[in-house]
Amino acid sequence: MHQINLDLSLEEISKIEGGAGLDLTIRNGQVEKLNFKITEYKRFYTQAIRGKAALAAPTLLARICGTCSNAHILAAIKAVENAFKITPSPQTLILRRLVVNGLIIRDHALHLYIFVLPDLFQKDSLLDFDDQDPRQHQLLHDAFAVKDAGNNLSILTGGRSVHAPYPTVGGFLKFPDPEKQKEIIAKLTAVRPAVLNLIDTFLKAPLNQTQHIPYLALRGENYSFLAGQIVSTDGINIPSEDYRGQLNRVDLPYSHASAYTYKKGFYMTGALARLNLNKASLNPQTQKDAAQALQKFPSDNLYHNNLAQAIEILNAIDDSIAILSSTSFNPEPPVKPAVISGTGFGVIEAPRGILYHRLTIEDNVVKDAEILVPTGQNQLNIENDLKILVNRKLQQHTGKKHSGSGRMDSPGVELKQELTHDMEVLIRAYDPCMSCASHFLKINWN
Amino acid sequence: MAKLTVGWFTFTCCEDSTIIFTELLNQHWQDWTKKIDFKYAKTLRRSVDLGPMDVAFVEGAISSVKQSQKLKQIRSLAKILVAIGSCAITGQPSAQRNEFNQTQKAEIKTILERFDYADKVQKLSDLVAVDHSVPGCPMDEQKFLSLINKLIHAPN
Repeated sequence: MHQINLDLSLEEISKIEGGAGLDLTIRNGQVEKLNFKITEYKRFYTQAIRGKAALAAPTLLARICGTCSNAHILAAIKAVENAFKITPSPQTLILRRLVVNGLIIRDHALHLYIFVLPDLFQKDSLLDFDDQDPRQHQLLHDAFAVKDAGNNLSILTGGRSVHAPYPTVGGFLKFPDPEKQKEIIAKLTAVRPAVLNLIDTFLKAPLNQTQHIPYLALRGENYSFLAGQIVSTDGINIPSEDYRGQLNRVDLPYSHASAYTYKKGFYMTGALARLNLNKASLNPQTQKDAAQALQKFPSDNLYHNNLAQAIEILNAIDDSIAILSSTSFNPEPPVKPAVISGTGFGVIEAPRGILYHRLTIEDNVVKDAEILVPTGQNQLNIENDLKILVNRKLQQHTGKKHSGSGRMDSPGVELKQELTHDMEVLIRAYDPCMSCASHFLKINWN
Repeated sequence: MAKLTVGWFTFTCCEDSTIIFTELLNQHWQDWTKKIDFKYAKTLRRSVDLGPMDVAFVEGAISSVKQSQKLKQIRSLAKILVAIGSCAITGQPSAQRNEFNQTQKAEIKTILERFDYADKVQKLSDLVAVDHSVPGCPMDEQKFLSLINKLIHAPN
């Protein structure tokens, strides 16, 4: 039998959010060690937030991550409001839904067009797409138009797509300009065909790797990212504030970020989990126009995470058009706190999955915090999927060798290049966010 | 006119300015790709060995000797180095551990040692010469646009 021994170290994985690396050791044709390393240096937000004014916590905690910042703001606001017994107005809830929609469109589009599409076209960068090729030309132009629509929706409702200045504890500080509302409806409507094309592109993508694991997501009305209970494909149904108790933290000595298990095993959170659990509550127009793609769900194919993200962009567009077309927003003051001490939970769906903020507040001051981010939760599953991928590639490689169809004159170089490429593609399919994952420290060192 | 060779680098931060940069591409990509070669930008393409460049945009603060060495390498290869955003210019908020009390310091000590963190987080100008700065958290879009247009037309 052909025995492959190989050592591979990737110091800097490109086209992802933040810094990650990987160490792989293969001995006798099997993966002996595969460490997926989150290499972002910590900024210790859960320490730094202690002693800060609770009302300022969302603004500081947003700095955990630029790309997911508006998700962190909304989760932290929800946690403070929960502690302070604030019930936000119906208008506030609608505006927050629009802020999330802007984030989903902008963030998923960045990931799918800029990070993932080059893999499907064997290009290094979207900017290398051939402007003379009709399909590549269309996708290149679509990329920036779709991102722009999401960015403008975020600016309209949140004031900015990064570290939004309008959302605050109890409500909003500014409200959408009605004239701008019409402009945004037109922009969102204009990019719908592009998003349908994107869904079709990922529906036809050939990559497939399945793993039967639990999928966890928030479930609420209208495919909510902000309200509801935590559900899973293995039957859990709990209030979101009880979510942390379902997970066990795992210390990985090679990663700056903590990892988590659910029922002592791997699990996944994110777009694939949401689609697997909640597709029936998507916007009716999305369900109609993405019907063929939706037949793929529930799915155990990890690469369908990208198809799920493309469908979620369409859902965010359709939901936003429906809201903006039927809603007039009026200035209203933020709701005042009923109390100024307590423990509050803010659990929402960020673009990459379940985001959990727990804040303990005394006399308006944060005393303690715990924050769980999606990438930390998916970290072990990413690593396990990488092992499955590499072992599968090794079997294929050995098969080629035995059949004589593979080029084995320099198998080390060839195999390293192939594995490097395929592992990066798999990691990008998860859309991990390292800035989020390495924000904090909550480790018991032994 | 030769294209401006540009690198976009990120150290310890939340990468908010990288996101703003990718959103600015929505409006400017067609113009910029004619005038700028985004040669080193791991958000946009695979990382390659560093070489000479006209402009290095650097986001984030410096947390370790390894990061410090990389920054100095970038400085040696770039004609112009631009500090992007609050963490690069002031260190904050990424440098918040510099102000921790003894209890907080004790909590983070083990991880600082395990991953070779530097004693203090530093801003870029503590370590290298900075030619321009674009302040903000995230960076001020208009100031960035003004600077990049100036550099496109007069890179030196």
